[in-house]
Amino acid sequence: MSTRTMGEPIARREDPRLLSGQGHYLDDIGHTALAAAFVRSPHAHAQIVDIDVTDALDVDGLMAIYTHDDLPDRLAEPLPLLIPHPSLTHGRTPYALAKDEVNHVGEAIVMVVAADRYLAEDACDRIRVEYEVLPPVVGIAAAREASRLVHEDVPGNIAATMVQENGDAAAALAASPRVLELDLEVERSASTPLEGKGVYARWDPADASLRVYSSTQASTSVRAALAAKLGLPPNRVEVVAPDVGGGFGVKIVHPWPEEVLVSWAAITLSREVKWTEDRREHFVSSAHERSQVHHVRVGFDDDGHLLGLEVSFWHDNGAYTPYGIIVPIVTATQLLGPYKPAAYRVEFQSLYTNTVLVTPYRGAGRPQGCFVMERVMDAIAAELGFDRAEVRERNFIQPDEMPYDHGLIFQDGRPLIYDSGDYPATLRKLKKLVGWDEFGVYREQARAEGRRVGIGIACYVEGTGVGPYEGGWVKVETDGSVVVATGLTTQGQGHQTAFAQVAADILGVQLDRVSVVTGDTRRFGYAVGTFASRALVMSGNAIAAAARKVRDKALRIAGDALEADPRDLEIIDGVVQVRGVPTSAIPLSTVAVLSNPLRYAFDTESARATQFALPADPDKPPVPEGEQPGLEATGYYSPPRATFANGMHAVVVETDPDTAEIRIVRYCVVHDCGTLVNPRIVEGQVHGGVAQGVGGALYERMVYDDDGQLLNASFMDFLMPYSTEVPTIETDHLETPSPLNPLGIKGAGEAGVIPGMAVFASAISDAEGFPITRMPISPSELFHLRRAHEEATNR
Amino acid sequence: MTDVHELALTVNGVPRTLRVPARRLLSDALRHDLGLTGTHVGCEHGVCGACTVLVDGRPVRSCLLFAVSVDGSSVTTVEGCCEPDGSLGPVQQAFWDCHGLQCGFCTPGFVTTITAYLDENPEPTAEEAREAIAGNLCRCTGYQNIVASVLRAAEIRREARV
Repeated sequence: MSTRTMGEPIARREDPRLLSGQGHYLDDIGHTALAAAFVRSPHAHAQIVDIDVTDALDVDGLMAIYTHDDLPDRLAEPLPLLIPHPSLTHGRTPYALAKDEVNHVGEAIVMVVAADRYLAEDACDRIRVEYEVLPPVVGIAAAREASRLVHEDVPGNIAATMVQENGDAAAALAASPRVLELDLEVERSASTPLEGKGVYARWDPADASLRVYSSTQASTSVRAALAAKLGLPPNRVEVVAPDVGGGFGVKIVHPWPEEVLVSWAAITLSREVKWTEDRREHFVSSAHERSQVHHVRVGFDDDGHLLGLEVSFWHDNGAYTPYGIIVPIVTATQLLGPYKPAAYRVEFQSLYTNTVLVTPYRGAGRPQGCFVMERVMDAIAAELGFDRAEVRERNFIQPDEMPYDHGLIFQDGRPLIYDSGDYPATLRKLKKLVGWDEFGVYREQARAEGRRVGIGIACYVEGTGVGPYEGGWVKVETDGSVVVATGLTTQGQGHQTAFAQVAADILGVQLDRVSVVTGDTRRFGYAVGTFASRALVMSGNAIAAAARKVRDKALRIAGDALEADPRDLEIIDGVVQVRGVPTSAIPLSTVAVLSNPLRYAFDTESARATQFALPADPDKPPVPEGEQPGLEATGYYSPPRATFANGMHAVVVETDPDTAEIRIVRYCVVHDCGTLVNPRIVEGQVHGGVAQGVGGALYERMVYDDDGQLLNASFMDFLMPYSTEVPTIETDHLETPSPLNPLGIKGAGEAGVIPGMAVFASAISDAEGFPITRMPISPSELFHLRRAHEEATNR
Repeated sequence: MTDVHELALTVNGVPRTLRVPARRLLSDALRHDLGLTGTHVGCEHGVCGACTVLVDGRPVRSCLLFAVSVDGSSVTTVEGCCEPDGSLGPVQQAFWDCHGLQCGFCTPGFVTTITAYLDENPEPTAEEAREAIAGNLCRCTGYQNIVASVLRAAEIRREARV
């Protein structure tokens, strides 16, 4: 077909608008709206004794001040627990505005609405909140010790305890010729999109309807939550995700306090109200992730085969659990990567601390799991004196063992069954790309020159495209253009391009004739959201299903018009024609006109569909039974379970013998996300993920002091990598199509970040000659580890 | 906040007058008073560079400047980096060619920064290109394609001169 674009590195169609300053991010709209600002807790744990707003009342432009006492009905109740789970026995969620108690620095206590943000913040500054400060619980050790409690009614600070096992790991360990124990730790990081959260609400009193714009990853679910919280029928609430300046997980959480409060204020005041999060607010009142402590026992034979694996870990879930225990469940299950231990047992506790709540950040528990498993692989290799890649290869699930059932339950409540993947082939490609087998020589040469270089390897498997479903709507307009809508949202993934490619190829139209709408409940009301590397798997297949229906209908109508068998027709560049007979043809635009029998003509084209123009069977209805007018259709895709992408990374590092600075020499990626729709976009996703992996391994951490103060709540002190910290990334792809969906695709969004900590720990250990067990790692930490290692060796 | 100052400046080649309180940030004045929302605010403490605009040709962080302090100056925003006919300018075109953006939020600050940089150094090496963008944060791209965009922009500018 002449117009085929699937698999091509098409330049993104959204770019010209974004590049010329014509994007519409949340704060770019609603200039006449009132501004909301919040008084937030300066304490990690405190009782609220009194709130005195007197001094704020004479601030110019003040419209309203709200505390928890002002909130009506369901708005005064705790926010929803989005993902309940039987193991989450003590789930707790915050109030929209704190009621009596605050549990982390940054928790919202008072909302001020004023003429503009400057004035709203003036008023906030004048509000006095009196606290009775309570001792906080900070860090996993304090949470486990439980001498203090975050929530009085949650014993041991334990939100959840969960065990999963496959086989008898204890017996397998007892019978193993060799057993190792490892303690492995990961610190906090966060999504930190360049655009923070934001919400802008408009109430139309005449229509009794609410329109809310939110910088969210889940507009349909925000709508459902707002309707429930505000007591409105869902069909009176519309939620639109405008251009969104990055999400990376943090914007999948909803409803945020500000989403419900700003919407409620817009109704209450009958005015437009907007809140735009500032950077400090984002650090202390959005969400973090990653902090976990793991203890591993692994049993293996003299050939390095995994016989038994027992993992216990403790997950810091912060002050509340609105997103349930998805992150530790993902760690517990995805830790296994491409390997098949004969027996596996995992147990975790999810613990409350007086810190910002924890919800998925790109990778969502996988970076920790990958770090643990890959440290185990390196430890086995070191113990047996084997090549690290060789140990991995010996434990790979083989392509002919697919589908492979791990005997566990995944984060979607479905069995953890890998659908496909060729791990030995992926490893072969990576070893070739990085020059794995030749590295030993280079390492020795460098060492002879007094330089320390090391190579690291890390493998991962990522469950992508989890359900329950997504939908797509496709319509051919009477001018031959095509409109596509899907409910999930976009935060930079290029959906305007990739979704259009899917529709254009199936319909046989030029790509530039297709436009795509995402994340707008006015255009498509059923959706789940953009997370878990699922958008193209889910909406791509849904749009494909809708486009196929439209194509079939177009061929039927064209067949009638051309007096041809639809099976003999094809669509090329927007024209339906008899295969091999281009003179017998009809444009899709005309087919769209004919699909909608008319009484009234409004132009010459539409006149072709009127009642005296059409050749018609007088005994049949103009719209055939079982059909609808219009050349449009809706399709859904609901997979039985996730599809599993995989990849392997290698990094070469050089560590300074004096300063312990860690320099990245090379970074190589081999990635398999099934059929590629747009390789350019996939490559970009991988690059961005790797950059976040570099950040998570070497730079980024949330530094809380013992009082629960976040000491580095700015981009000055939270070290997000600049261009000078991120290496040039060398990539290669494998395409193992997923058998689970018609397009054969797997998700790619999170892949790049997953093995970051693992691969750097592997490389630095290789350069230094002792194992790295805690990430991220700074030069000063490495320096002290060296000292400790030298002292231990010399003793 | 009754003290309102009147200032006159040139924005993207067009003379504009503004009446703003002394504390009004240049970023807010551009975005909310003049409606030029291409300039984005990512951190409000001068680190991320998303709000970078050119004041008299030099890149500055508009979130760290009061609007009153640029009275009489010439300001160029990302909107002003387009060609006179509204089509993409060389740096913008290069970003499109090289997939130099994903969510696009940080992009305006990169476009203005690189525009000024290429005036100074029209033929950068790859290493210099990476250094040139080292004051701006991007969370999406990993910078590799932005480095490529700098080099591509230099190429487009050279082609335009020939």
